[in-house]
Amino acid sequence: MTESFEPIIIGFTCNWCSYRAADMAGTARIKYAPNVRLIRLMCSGRLDPTFILKAFADGADGVLVSGCHPGDCHYVEQNYKTMRRFYLLKKLLTQMGIEPGRLKLLWASAAEGQIFADEITKFTEEVRALGPLNWNPEKGFVAEGHQINHVEVPA
Amino acid sequence: MTTNGKPKFAMYWAASCGGCEIAVLNIHEKILDVDANFDVVFWPVAMDAKYKDVEAMEDGSILLTLFNGAIRNEENEHIAKLLRKKSKILVAFGSCANEGCMPALANLTPIDEIVETVYSTISTDNPQNIHPQASYQAPEGELTIPKLFPIVRTLDQVVDVDYYMPGCPPESHQIAAVIDLVIQVLQGKAELPPKGSVIGAGPSTVCDECTRKRGLKTIREFKRIQDVQIDPEICLLEQGILCSGPATRSGCKALCPAAGSPCIGCYGPAEGVLDYGARLLTAVASVIDSNDPEEIQKIIEGIPDPAGMFYRFNLAGSLLRASKPAWDIK
Repeated sequence: MTESFEPIIIGFTCNWCSYRAADMAGTARIKYAPNVRLIRLMCSGRLDPTFILKAFADGADGVLVSGCHPGDCHYVEQNYKTMRRFYLLKKLLTQMGIEPGRLKLLWASAAEGQIFADEITKFTEEVRALGPLNWNPEKGFVAEGHQINHVEVPA
Repeated sequence: MTTNGKPKFAMYWAASCGGCEIAVLNIHEKILDVDANFDVVFWPVAMDAKYKDVEAMEDGSILLTLFNGAIRNEENEHIAKLLRKKSKILVAFGSCANEGCMPALANLTPIDEIVETVYSTISTDNPQNIHPQASYQAPEGELTIPKLFPIVRTLDQVVDVDYYMPGCPPESHQIAAVIDLVIQVLQGKAELPPKGSVIGAGPSTVCDECTRKRGLKTIREFKRIQDVQIDPEICLLEQGILCSGPATRSGCKALCPAAGSPCIGCYGPAEGVLDYGARLLTAVASVIDSNDPEEIQKIIEGIPDPAGMFYRFNLAGSLLRASKPAWDIK
């Protein structure tokens, strides 16, 4: 691992709490690691695990899932579904050789800008310590000079 | 090579079990229609033919090739490329060619480890510890066997594919329908579907075809089918049995759930599903009846092997395709 490794982190936020927490961190000019690319969804329950797998497959080193605190969901109970999927997905990712530390669940209310910022910085350092993921199932074929028939994956 | 004017037909098996070939023969007397309308030029399981015969054919001279099996080794890849060149219509036939199927579960394990397990573990009688080598210098000359690739690939990860026909194996009534369609196309009575279409299957999910009664799903515990008495009428997932129906493409008439056995997902992802495992995981996890992280994790322990469960048929065709230890060879 080189010192210049900057982890790429995809962060999924919900419209009502965690994105507002990020907004709050912004308006309060709280500094946090610039490694995270936030994607706003209406609800963490909208987060199809496909998005997380696609993020890892396409080069992310870490994925952050964030939403309203349990009990505070704008859509009543969808963040509980997120929670259930999160634990099962984490178990599956471990079998695929992706360290559990590359996927993080963070509950943040609209008032928790500071917590949101601190947790992102902390997560960035954790992922940095794990090193690059560089997901590339074709690696062995490229190494042997095979031509790769690249299949376009629809977005 | 016969020159009777009939269009040419080929079928090949790569990394597969032979079940697809049996499914084709299970169309019973309709196989005579195949013979009446096609000149079978290459079908290793059914007739004697040499690769060099195929190599000698003109490019594009085979009208229809049903290719079953995943791409595990150099031979599979070579024949896939050869048949692509020689065929007008190349069909990825069956789950292995479409999405990897059982052979692709090997993508969870590094290839060295697989070979080691096969040739050196305690249950193997191999006193001289003989391992296969890609090439061997015998007194008579060099002998070679096809080299294994680090991971299993689907057919369309290796060559361009015209149509996809899922199933493990494809149901015989679906095969018969597809053969009927091709014959009608030959007679000018029908048109081929657009390239890239999934043929011989439905657009929806197995749940849509399932006759079991569905209510509100809540799961407190995942159960194994041998441990419980199955209610013959209620949805299996509601009974805590992991059923792959919600993510799996329709087309089989939901045979397994009708017989009291859960769908295992052999028809692959339903229309519009990008990652089969993610979709099934979503469906299953969402109905866990708990809001407590610790309890949720305890219930999830009832699924000891999520990767094997959710990607039983689809690992090579999934977004991640293989585990990191398998692809990340040093």
